[in-house]
Amino acid sequence: MTDLNRVVVTGLGAVSPLGHTAADYWANLKQGVCGIGPITLVPTPEELQQKVAAEVKGFDPLKHFEERQITTLDRVSQFAVVAAREAIAQAAITFDMPLSVRTATIIGTGVGGQTTLDDSYRRIYRENKTRVFPLTIPKLMVNAPASQISMHCGLRGPAFAVASACASATHAIGLAFQMVRSGAVDCAVTGGAEACITFGTMRAWEAMRVMAPDTARPFSKDRKGMVIGEGAAMLVLEPLQRAQARGATILGEIIGFGMSADAADLTAPDQGGMVRAIEGALADAGLAPQEIQYINAHGTGTAANDETETRALHSAFGAHAGKLAISSTKSMIGHALGAAGALEMVATVMAVREDMVPPTINYLGPDPACDLDYVPNAARAMRIDAALSNSFAFGGLNAVLAIRKCS
Amino acid sequence: MTDVTNDVIAIIAKKVRVDHPKIELTDRLVDLGLESLDAVEMIFDLEEKFDIQIPYNANSSRTEFDTVGEVVRAIEKLVAEKA
Repeated sequence: MTDLNRVVVTGLGAVSPLGHTAADYWANLKQGVCGIGPITLVPTPEELQQKVAAEVKGFDPLKHFEERQITTLDRVSQFAVVAAREAIAQAAITFDMPLSVRTATIIGTGVGGQTTLDDSYRRIYRENKTRVFPLTIPKLMVNAPASQISMHCGLRGPAFAVASACASATHAIGLAFQMVRSGAVDCAVTGGAEACITFGTMRAWEAMRVMAPDTARPFSKDRKGMVIGEGAAMLVLEPLQRAQARGATILGEIIGFGMSADAADLTAPDQGGMVRAIEGALADAGLAPQEIQYINAHGTGTAANDETETRALHSAFGAHAGKLAISSTKSMIGHALGAAGALEMVATVMAVREDMVPPTINYLGPDPACDLDYVPNAARAMRIDAALSNSFAFGGLNAVLAIRKCS
Repeated sequence: MTDVTNDVIAIIAKKVRVDHPKIELTDRLVDLGLESLDAVEMIFDLEEKFDIQIPYNANSSRTEFDTVGEVVRAIEKLVAEKA
């Protein structure tokens, strides 16, 4: 691969249950801080069976937007724009012409503006109001976060949403990576956003019977399921040459992307699909399995995912699987669904940059079906040259990104 | 066969590829071909039918209802508690 085709990360942004900036988020991940707690966003939490979630706490939209702007922005778009602004500020890029039209905005989200949807349905069905707010549709549409970022940040190139449930952000970042690598665009703002801790959505998650009543314990014995999270994370991607020419700080290099579909069960994870996405990312990166030191796992904390992901890692890495450091940041930030892949990619970029693996917290001890090194409960300093970030979605849609230190 | 037994078996029969008359109380759900998503739908149907709440987590309760008879007994208990 020529230098022209190398794709680097020059900006990161995050709005998370562990802080409203990427720096705060990463500092708390390293400390093993748990962002999971009692649900407060739902007006009637006492009516929910599910009592815990990983909420973005203390987020005041008026700190980031004018009041008249807020009426056009669902919570999910607020998170998206705030994270994008942070990533762009860190990259220190001004999107004037012609760069503006050569910059892509590719944003993953699972379900779009759920707060807007829930509020409007509550008005109609519960409060018997005859009208909803006029901007209900453009606030709740699944492309709203992508559109709002493009508008607020002045990005005029290809812009759209990517939806693949829990893998949405990873698919979005992967597409942005491919577009920058191919030369289709000169820059990309990409990531994911989700904000679906509403009464209706939580009821629907309860009905799946996969939620942990207490907390997320990925790969641990006695794990009881997943915990819903929310937030957004964004990355600025650009060609290595361009970043070097303008003297940008290079945070990491994306080197591979693998995707697959299970074509099997709607919700049950599939080892074969996972393995094909992992091997696809390695092949795209031109890496042998033993060149990877760290895996940011999908690690939802359900019995089925963690066991199946462990088997997939054994299959893809063979004897090297036992030498991998594997962690699930979902133990700290819950499962942010369409934002999860981006929050995890920020964690993976920082892990590689700082040679520091964030832990899998709430770990009680080994489950015989999960027999690898999950970096339990405390971060670990270790040399990381290359890492993978895994996302495996409902609907059997899998996406894996590979990154390395930029040399 | 009690009404509860009959109703429970009818609900299970909708989720598996075995006809209602051939399902026995001693049959194991897994042997009938009940997968995890089917189980969640079965629990929902049972809750709706009997107006009860069944504590069930797909992560930790996999062996709680092993056989058809165990489902019937659990439902009978919950229905009795409600009355």
